[in-house]
Amino acid sequence: MHDAVVVALRETLGKVTGFIYPNELELQWSILIVLYPYLTGLVAGAFILASLERVFNVKVLKPTYRLSLLTALAFLVIAPLPLQVHLGHPERSFNILFTPNPTSAMAMFGFVYLWYLMAVLLLEIWLDYRKDIVGWADSDPSWLKRLIYKVMTLGVFKPTAKSFEIDDKVGRALTVIGLPSAILLHGYVGFIFGSIKANPWWSTPLMPIIFLFSAMASGIAGVLLLYMFLCWARDVEIEMPCLDTVAKYFLTAVIIAFSLEMLETVQKAYEAEEHFDILQLLIEGKLYLSLIVVQVWLGSLMPILLVGLTQLFELPDKVRKVFYAVSGSLSLVGIFAMRWNVVVGGQFFSKSLMGFTTYKLELAGREGLFSAFVISILPLVVLGVLLWLLPPWEKKPAKA
Amino acid sequence: MQALRRRDFLRITAGAAASLLAGALRAPAAWAEKFYREPPWRRKKPYWGFGVDVDKCIGCARCVDACKTENDVPREPFYFRTWVERYVIRKDGEVQIEAPNGGLDGYPRVEDAATVAKSFFVPKLCNLCENSPCVQVCPVGATFKTEDGVVLIDKKYCIGCRYCIQACPYGTRYFHPVLQVADKCSVCYHRLKRGLVTACVEVCPTGARMVGDLSDPESNVTKFRENNRVQALKANMGTEPKLVYKGLDKEVR
Repeated sequence: MHDAVVVALRETLGKVTGFIYPNELELQWSILIVLYPYLTGLVAGAFILASLERVFNVKVLKPTYRLSLLTALAFLVIAPLPLQVHLGHPERSFNILFTPNPTSAMAMFGFVYLWYLMAVLLLEIWLDYRKDIVGWADSDPSWLKRLIYKVMTLGVFKPTAKSFEIDDKVGRALTVIGLPSAILLHGYVGFIFGSIKANPWWSTPLMPIIFLFSAMASGIAGVLLLYMFLCWARDVEIEMPCLDTVAKYFLTAVIIAFSLEMLETVQKAYEAEEHFDILQLLIEGKLYLSLIVVQVWLGSLMPILLVGLTQLFELPDKVRKVFYAVSGSLSLVGIFAMRWNVVVGGQFFSKSLMGFTTYKLELAGREGLFSAFVISILPLVVLGVLLWLLPPWEKKPAKA
Repeated sequence: MQALRRRDFLRITAGAAASLLAGALRAPAAWAEKFYREPPWRRKKPYWGFGVDVDKCIGCARCVDACKTENDVPREPFYFRTWVERYVIRKDGEVQIEAPNGGLDGYPRVEDAATVAKSFFVPKLCNLCENSPCVQVCPVGATFKTEDGVVLIDKKYCIGCRYCIQACPYGTRYFHPVLQVADKCSVCYHRLKRGLVTACVEVCPTGARMVGDLSDPESNVTKFRENNRVQALKANMGTEPKLVYKGLDKEVR
């Protein structure tokens, strides 16, 4: 491990441009740390979409409510994995929970995460499914599933109507708590970067808000695509009013996220502080493809244009579906690029503001492309299991 | 199912915001009193500080070598607790900064000597920040400031998240490839505790570096700060370094 790192760094030595502090040759946060805000963003976005249905009573979103919750859970379970894998001493990670440093934004991670996972998401999903779980525990044809459902009932096999009423109330209260929690979870991820004054590319109070709205865009895009895919896979008609509404929220989130990003850029350019020259070189050079082309043009402007067209003109269902699917996919790629541009981009330039290092993404190894790919696929596997166990749609009549 | 009404939701949110605001309005009065802060070395003895006289540094990099030996710093050219930068400023304003292998390999010959306006060496090391961003961000408290003002790392406790490396404005931290933890200049704390000076100060042939007790009015660093106009690096960061330089140039980063 040690040798591989050193060999790679020796190669990098020749690729430095300008002057960097010697310790800055090594890029500290790799593609795994790009994945972390990306996965967390999908969680927050999916959950916020679910909350819209529940808190603000947007009935038309019903078909995506449970799917959004399960998506949020699947991604949340995997979200800490890239962090864990990236640590120099993964076996010591529990120190964050046992001896958190109160002034560290990162130390709050464990608590925000556990709160969100345990108190909000798991409980809300359980309450929402309880009625079904009790039914399935009795009626499911598979003995294995019946057993799992029995455990999930927590021993209450005959809940009364009154208890479901309470469940509903508690569930609604949870969503109300959950909404700010989801915002906290992702706003906090933005703060991890935004609070680093040493790095002018990161240090901005807008960072948490930008992260939040791009999270919403990505999470909503994710659920939109999943919903379309699952309808196709199950051979069920897509409910267009639902899809249209999801797309509308998606458009709103993309527009706000993009506006904030541009505001941030314009502000930096106008103030043109000491660090502006190097940031300009960064944008026009090393980040041109991933920022200007992928994040701005493909990931933001194209979706705004395509979904915008569906708002301005009455397009046939088929065209709208294509536009939504293309926009959602582009946005997911664009927001990944945005995370890349923040995390990796912020480490390309020296804090001396006089030069650049480079990052060579390895294929294999703990922090390689392959490992990142596996971690990105895992949430979908988890989601597959969740969909199998807790189908968000009406189960085929099982009592036959 | 009756959904929470929008009005109720807003009312709850507004209530929470109002109570936060009330707290915020009271706070400035408390902050105003803190505006003048007594240096911590008025109260604590000893309190370590560092001084560098840029005019005296000849760029021999013996300090870099001694530091690597004393502290088992990997010999690779991208892991340093201290290094020496050479600045060459041309008459047309062009600035060249170099520190090949931290200065250990010597510096390339300066071409076109006639076009050079000035040239000098700047040793870099931990800035001994009073408000250390690295200590602030460490999630587990593995990086901490000792009672006598030195920032250290507990290598048996560090989880290796590298957040501190990101947070240091001076690039003085690196990730130890063998120990898999963050590492940095400890101002040779193990030597200070035994009444010795740091390895880099020990070997410096020109006395460009000095370490000493800021709480002692007669110490070398106190006198250095009193008798010279000294500067800290990146003062705008609010880190309040206890490492100060005499003879810095505006081009020094």
